Formats: sequence, C-alpha cells, structure tokens
Amino acid sequence: MKRLSRFRRHRAVAPLLLVLALFSIGTTFSVAGAATSSPLTAAERSALIDEGQRIFLKGCSSCHGLNAEGGAIAPSLIGVGAASVDFQVATGRMPMADMSTQAMRKTPVYDEKEVEALAAYVASLAPGPGIPGEEHLNYERDGSTAEGGELFRTNCAMCHNFAGQGGALTQGKYAPTVMGVTPRHIYEAMITGPQSMPVFSDKTITPEEKLSIIKWIKAAENEPQLGGAALGRVGPVTEGLLVWTLGLGMLVGVAVWLAMKAR
Amino acid sequence: MTARERIAGSVANYVDERTGAAKWMKKNLTKVFPDHWSFLLGEIALYSFVILLLSGTFLTFWFDPSQREVIYDGSYEPLQGLEMSAAYASTLDISFEIRGGLLMRQIHHWAALIFMAAIVVHLMRVYFTGAFRKPREFNWIIGVGLLTLGIVEGFLGYSLPDDLLSGTGIRIAEAIIQALPLVGSYLAFFAFGGAFPGEAFIPRIYTVHVLLLPGAFLALITVHLMLVWYQKHTQYPGPGRTEKNVVGYPLLPVYMAKAGGFFFIVFGVTAFLGAVASINPIWLYGPYTPAQISAGSQPDWYMGWLDGLVRMAPPLESYIFGYTIPWNILIPGLIVPGILFTGMALYPFIESWITGDKREHHILDRPRNAPNRTALGVMSLTFMLVALINGGNDIIATTFDLTINQIMWFSRIGIFVLPPIAFVITKRLCLSLQRADRELVLHGRETGRLVMMPHGEFVEVHEPISPEKAWLLTQHEQNPPLALEESDLRGVRRPGVLKNKLRAHMSKAHAVSVPKATADDLKEIEHH
Repeated sequence: MKRLSRFRRHRAVAPLLLVLALFSIGTTFSVAGAATSSPLTAAERSALIDEGQRIFLKGCSSCHGLNAEGGAIAPSLIGVGAASVDFQVATGRMPMADMSTQAMRKTPVYDEKEVEALAAYVASLAPGPGIPGEEHLNYERDGSTAEGGELFRTNCAMCHNFAGQGGALTQGKYAPTVMGVTPRHIYEAMITGPQSMPVFSDKTITPEEKLSIIKWIKAAENEPQLGGAALGRVGPVTEGLLVWTLGLGMLVGVAVWLAMKAR
Repeated sequence: MTARERIAGSVANYVDERTGAAKWMKKNLTKVFPDHWSFLLGEIALYSFVILLLSGTFLTFWFDPSQREVIYDGSYEPLQGLEMSAAYASTLDISFEIRGGLLMRQIHHWAALIFMAAIVVHLMRVYFTGAFRKPREFNWIIGVGLLTLGIVEGFLGYSLPDDLLSGTGIRIAEAIIQALPLVGSYLAFFAFGGAFPGEAFIPRIYTVHVLLLPGAFLALITVHLMLVWYQKHTQYPGPGRTEKNVVGYPLLPVYMAKAGGFFFIVFGVTAFLGAVASINPIWLYGPYTPAQISAGSQPDWYMGWLDGLVRMAPPLESYIFGYTIPWNILIPGLIVPGILFTGMALYPFIESWITGDKREHHILDRPRNAPNRTALGVMSLTFMLVALINGGNDIIATTFDLTINQIMWFSRIGIFVLPPIAFVITKRLCLSLQRADRELVLHGRETGRLVMMPHGEFVEVHEPISPEKAWLLTQHEQNPPLALEESDLRGVRRPGVLKNKLRAHMSKAHAVSVPKATADDLKEIEHH
C-alpha cells in the first residue's frame, strides 16, 4: 500500500486514470450496447463524449452548471450515470419545459444519437448506473407476469395505482402512468429513482424481478377492456360519476317521459 | 258473451270462491295515484332492489365466501399461480369461467350504485316538497333506515370479493371500530374473530349481506309501501286537488302498465351499463394482502363522503389514562355521521316543533314556499358534496393538474364556509321566486310587446295568467311565526324560557316569506 500511495501524486496518474476510466466505460458500453451497435473504439468514444459535452454546454449547463456540478435550481449530475440521462432526456422530461413541481413526459427534444452522446458525457464524469442492454431487457423470456403483478402491487401500486395509471403525490407532485413506457425506460426508472421515486436497487428487486414487473406492466397495457369501457382504471370515482350522469340521467329521463300527459 | 270472456269469468269465479279476493281487488285495483315524474324516483330504487335480489341470487350459486388460501389456476393469466382467498378466486371464476357471470356481477354492482342514487334523489324529492310531514313521519324514518342499511349493505357487498381495494376498505372499517373509546379494540377482535384480517370476517359479512340485511330490506320496504298505500300518496298542488282527495289515474290499468314497463326499463338501463361499462375490475386490483395498497383507493360513491371527511380531518389525538382517543377518526368517522343521520331522522319532528304545525298534510309544498327548509336541504347537500369531492381528491388532483393539498385545504375550509353560504343564497333565491310569483299574479305575464301610448310613453303589455296558474301560485298557506308568551296571564314567567326563545327565533326564521298575492291586492291594482 505504501508504495502505491507514494505514486498517488505522480504526474502520470491523472492521464492514466482518465485513460483507465475511458477504457472501463468503453468496455462497459461495448458490452452493454453490443446488441444494438458495434463496440466503439476509444477514439469514437472520446468523440462521442466531446459531442455530449457540446450538447450539454448548450442545452443543460445553464441549470446544471458548466461542469454538471449542479446549482441552486438543479441537482449535480456527477455520478447519476448514463441510465439516468437516458431516462430523463429520451422520455422528454429533460430539458424541462418550465420550472414547475415536476418534469413531465413529453416529446423528446434530442434525438437518439444526441441522447447517447449526452449519456456518454455524463457517465464520463463519474461512474453510475449504465443503460441496460437489449439482452438484459428480454422480459418475455426472463419475466413472469403473475410474479410481476405481485411485485408491482407491493412496490409500485401505492403511487402508480393498481393498474399503473398513475396517482397523486403531495404538493402537486404525481406518479405518472407507466402505460406506454418502453421497457428500457421502466428499467432505468427503477435503478435510478427519478424525481420522487425511490431507487429499487438490485438487492431490493433483482434484475429478473424487474423484468417480471415490466412483463406485468406490458400485460396490463395490452389487456383488452374486459367487461366494457374501463373508465380510466382508477377505481370507483369514475363509476360513481357515470352512475350519477348517464345512469340516473337515463332513468330520470324515462320517468319524465312516462309521467307526461298524453296529448 | 264470447268464449274467452266465459273462460276468464269462470277462472275469476273459481279464485274468488276460494279466496274472496274480488271485493279486495275491486277496491284496491281502482286506487288512484297522482301522476308526476318525481313520484317515480322511489320506484327506481324499488326496481333496482328487485334486480339486486335476482342478480345476487345468481352470484351466490358460484361465490365461495371463504378466506381459505387457494392457488389460482383459472384462465386469467396475470394471476395464475398466485395464492389468494377462495372468495377472490371464486369471484375471478364468476368473472371469467361462468357463462354470463361477469355481466351478472356488473349488473349487480351497477344496480347497487343506482339503488343508492335513486334512494338519495327520492329522499331529496320527499324532503324538498315536505312530504315527510304528518302523517308520514314514520315512513320518513323508515326511509332514513333504508338509506343507512343501503350504505352498510353496499359496503359489505363490495367487500366480499376480498380484492386489494375492498380489503383496504375493510381495514379502514376496522380502524373506525377501533377508534371507539374503551370498547373499540374488543369490538374489532369480536367482529374479525381475532386479529385483522383473520379468516372469519368474509364468511360473516356474507351471511349478513345475503340473509340478514336483504331480509331487513324486504320487511322495511314492505312497511314503507304499505304505509304509502294506507296513507295514500301525496300530490302536488293544483286546481281540484285538496287535502281530502287524490287526483290521478287508477292503479289498473294505467299504473300497472306504467310501473310494469318502468321496471323493465330500469332493468334494461342497468343491463346496458353492465354490458358496456366495466365496474369493480377485481382482477386488476389483485388479491388482498395487508402489505399492499393502491394509489387512489376509494370507496363506492355512497361512502365517498365518509372517506372525504376522514381524509380532511387534522391529526388530533388525546391520551387519557393510557388510552389513545383518535379524534381524527372518531369525529369524521362516527360522530359527524351520527349527528347527520340522527338529525335527518328527527327532522319531521324538529320542523313540527318549530312551526307548531300538528295538522295532516297531503298537498306538497313547492320548495320555494318553504325557504328555510329548502335552504337547510341545500346546505346539507353542499356539506355532503364538499366531503364527497375530498373523498376523490387524488383523482381530481391528477385529472385537473391540481395539488392534493390545495383540494384538502379547500375542503377543510369549505366544509365550514360553503354550507352556510349555500343556505343564505338558497333562502334569498326562494324569496325572490316568491316575489316573482306575486308579481306574476298581480301584473300578469310579460308579453315582450312594447306599445307606444298616445302621449309618447312606452309600456310593455302584460297578459293576465290563467286562473289555474293563479290558483297554483296562491294556494299555499303562509302561517305567522309562533307567538310564545314569556309569562302566563298572571305575569309569572313560564318554565323553559331559553327553549321558548330558541323556538320562537327559529319559528320566525321559518316563517319568513314574501306575502302572497291576495284578492284584495288584485282589487287594489285594478282600482288604479
């Protein structure tokens, strides 16, 4: 140890570490992103990070700081990882449209390539959760719908509602609907805990269990409206509304008609 | 006599010789009922009850009211292989395996919501027209009893499937029982046969839901209708209608046809809802386990106000002699509903005490002619509506981009402020309508026709209203407030001065009205 610590302040350490970091990120990405793209060379990776930094300085730094160190109105992005960037930017949450309570899902501002570059840049600042590769997202093969339902009801339904339709939190915050979200983004949300959501680490919910949850969400999404119009799948409030408007409306209408004098 | 008439005659004769029914039938089949759409609201409730009995019987054929654990192996894939109670599994089977089962379940549930809604609108009609006055006070109390039992029956009914939502409701019911000082925890243990959730509760509420309460309903509805029959139906004021007669159509054939047809229409509307709109999708809620909960867990609408009251209660608790008294549950969950329903049941007696009116009433009031009563009714409905809105505060927050905290504070303040405002506005509206009635009688209808007089003045031509209309607008009584002497003839103060003062004060408020147009007023105007 002593010998090692003696070299700590050596001139060559910083560049060496940088190379090591770039190398490790590069390998991580080449492994993680193998299914979608061919592995990047170190030069390509470095170009990608430069491109990401350029986008960052232009579109993100006014809130998150020139070195992503955060500021009064936005958190530091050092160590949030590529998964976080991919979730926030590719679902359109970032950049925020306005500084309201919560960033909402909207049409993304950046395209896939730009998101990739941004993610690479932020990931290069410090290690953090990476973007799960396609081979880690094969929920059809690795997940179980019934188990996913149990896990969803135990861990997610308290905010996202029993059918994943979303629900209200305090002070205008809300848990958004999980319908129509890509499996990758659901997975990223679980491992990064965006906004009010807690992080569900692999110790709390294993990767296979995460895939089960995704499989159940997809099953709920594709479930036909059994028993007629689903009324938003939010429980008895809409049922009560329907009975007082359409139900009683029809019945009172008929009563008025029945009691009309024949002319 | 045709052959058909001969056969009908001999059948009728056969029955009459053995039962003596002819005399009774002759008297009662020609009984006259007044005609008005608002008199059919109670019928909607009655017919939904019949639908509930029929569809409920169907459901009992397959429902297994047991909390025994089973492994689901039915056809709904997302739940296959999960542990659940037999009650939940059998409800899934009714929904997915039994032919027509899901439709019947949905008809049963929609009929329950319609039943309760019809009871409420029927109650509103009875209240706002003063139909609860002597001699119908008992029937009013029976009606309040039916409403209360309906809330309990509905709650027990949707608790039976043992799904995640209803289990949450039972958990809240248990908390409300536990909130009772001293006896609460014992009562809860008694009801659940041990700790929550146990295995006893669903079998127990099943017996109550399908046997005890329907029996009570049948008995109370029978008495309710027999009293209507015996006391005769009230009628709206109109020419030829008095306190001593009933103007309308005979039971046979007119009302038999109308009521019979209306039953099928109510059944049709309920079946339509059951066919096109999903209700209580228990397969999405999942089986109940105490460790789980869903966002936006609400009760059915008729319990929603109660949930809303509990949601808005600030966290108040006292600790007395080592006991916790949870006011935040006790007040909204038991005390306020207790006061509301007791007050509602006693209202006919309270009003008659205030007005000193002990006479029989068979002609209904127009709501505007009883401003205080109408205002009190609107005030109560406003209270309920604010509570109901808060019961759905999370759904409203996400739907309309509001914050749940804003809605809660709106409700906390609104529940105290809005009802009195509604009272004042309604009372002023009633008095304005009375004034309009008076104008209409004295000056006639505005025709919108402007005429220029020879000297250049413009006047609008008014047409006198029909005598029938004029009678309708002037038939009501306007009684002066009670005159309560503070001391008797010898100058000795009567007992209960405070009580009398309160009574006199309320009587005065109750008697506030715009003087109705009289024949003298009309003469005076014609004089000009």
